[in-house]
Amino acid sequence: MTKQKAVIMDAKQMERALVRIAHEILERNKGTQDLLIVGIKRRGDTLGKKIARIISDIEKVEVPYGALDITFYRDDLQTIAHQPVVNQTELNHDVTNKVVVLVDDVLYTGRTVRAALDEILDFGRPKRVELAVLIDRGHRELPIKADYVGRNVPTSQKEIIGVRTLEEDGEEKVIIKEKADEVE
Amino acid sequence: MKWSRKDLLDLESLSSEEINIILDTAKSFREVLDRPIKKVPILRGRTIVNMFFEPSTRTSSSFDMAAKRLMADTVNISPRTSAVQKGETLLDTARNLEAMKIDLVVIRHWSSGAPHFLAKRIKAGVVNAGDGQHAHPTQGLLDIYTIREKRGRIQGLNVLIVGDITHSRVARSNIHGLTKLGAKVAVCGPATLIPIGIEQLGVRVFYNLEEALKWADVVNILRLQLERQKKGLLPTLREYSRLFCVTEERLRQAKPDVTIMHPGPMNRGVEIDPRVADGASSVILDQVTNGVAVRMAVLYLLSGGEVAAVAEVTKKEAN
Repeated sequence: MTKQKAVIMDAKQMERALVRIAHEILERNKGTQDLLIVGIKRRGDTLGKKIARIISDIEKVEVPYGALDITFYRDDLQTIAHQPVVNQTELNHDVTNKVVVLVDDVLYTGRTVRAALDEILDFGRPKRVELAVLIDRGHRELPIKADYVGRNVPTSQKEIIGVRTLEEDGEEKVIIKEKADEVE
Repeated sequence: MKWSRKDLLDLESLSSEEINIILDTAKSFREVLDRPIKKVPILRGRTIVNMFFEPSTRTSSSFDMAAKRLMADTVNISPRTSAVQKGETLLDTARNLEAMKIDLVVIRHWSSGAPHFLAKRIKAGVVNAGDGQHAHPTQGLLDIYTIREKRGRIQGLNVLIVGDITHSRVARSNIHGLTKLGAKVAVCGPATLIPIGIEQLGVRVFYNLEEALKWADVVNILRLQLERQKKGLLPTLREYSRLFCVTEERLRQAKPDVTIMHPGPMNRGVEIDPRVADGASSVILDQVTNGVAVRMAVLYLLSGGEVAAVAEVTKKEAN
């Protein structure tokens, strides 16, 4: 079982972080030219859609958006509790010569992002791939770094970060929990 | 619900939830087949053996392709070129392959129950690709998947299976799968080719094709298995065709949105009119595409499932 320790971001703070990330994406890329936002399912998809909407509102142009389901690119088929897949990749845009901004909720070991990179490269040859995350909690197991970070949260590996979104959970916040029965 | 089976042997032993898991997983893989690179690396490093003791192009190439699309390695064995010719038993062949560290065996065999026999005795997962007159679960699943894709549901649909029901493992797998998911199933064919007591499977029987076609939302036309017609169950092919061929004229009596299916290979002009096979209601080629996706889903799920205890049977036999 897990017990909730603290709320580290509320709805307002999440919104502000996403707005800042949207501005940073525009600043670094000098606009929306060649931009393609790609969310990693499921929470990254929700957040990616929000970022794409915010960018569209700022620039008054529609930004292309896609979603990746990375299940088939995972490296832990034997160890994951085997859940049926009902998600699907929805990428109806050509990625070749695009600047792809991958969006995920939490950056942890980096293995999800590795899988997403492999999948994206199977769709074409992007000009550049960038990474935006709401929370960077450390403990990387691969040499992967985010370009846009909502908040850096130093964590212990016994803790769990939960990003809650209105679409999936009916509330917007980021919480930190502890695995209660963890034996040291 | 989690997938926990090592083998896929028939649809009779699956629950409706398990069938839905396969269909939902297949939907994810169907999307992969439309990509520029039609491959995902989820089974990289796994080895899948295809053992086909009966001739097959569609099913064996579909399984082979499904495995390759998941980046698994495949080995294809046919009895003509293997040690089966030298008198090796099925079990010995399988055990030797297993000693080479394979992960899954896909088997088609003329003898009903051969995959079940193997599944109990080897650690590798076993997929039944058609055994005798018993079952052809992946064909049943791809037919159901195609119906769901075209009609949006299974529940409450009237599905008609036309042809030689007695000798058809495809019919049996379809009947079990479809009735579990809430479809109404009927069969139609000459009385000599309809097994006695089939009503006990919850199936309605028509002997008149016109009447049956009026009832159906989906018509699955089976191949008349010419190689199995030597026992005098049919007077002539021409008579069969005159009474049970699904022709364009007969189809005018059917519902306007009827879906026409055929598991292949087709005997054009015998059980199906070429104009029907190539007509607007036909989803026959979609079945083939969906077959790859469904087989990808099966191979994927079986590779992640837990390894069941097989030691028991082996121990019992040693005693």
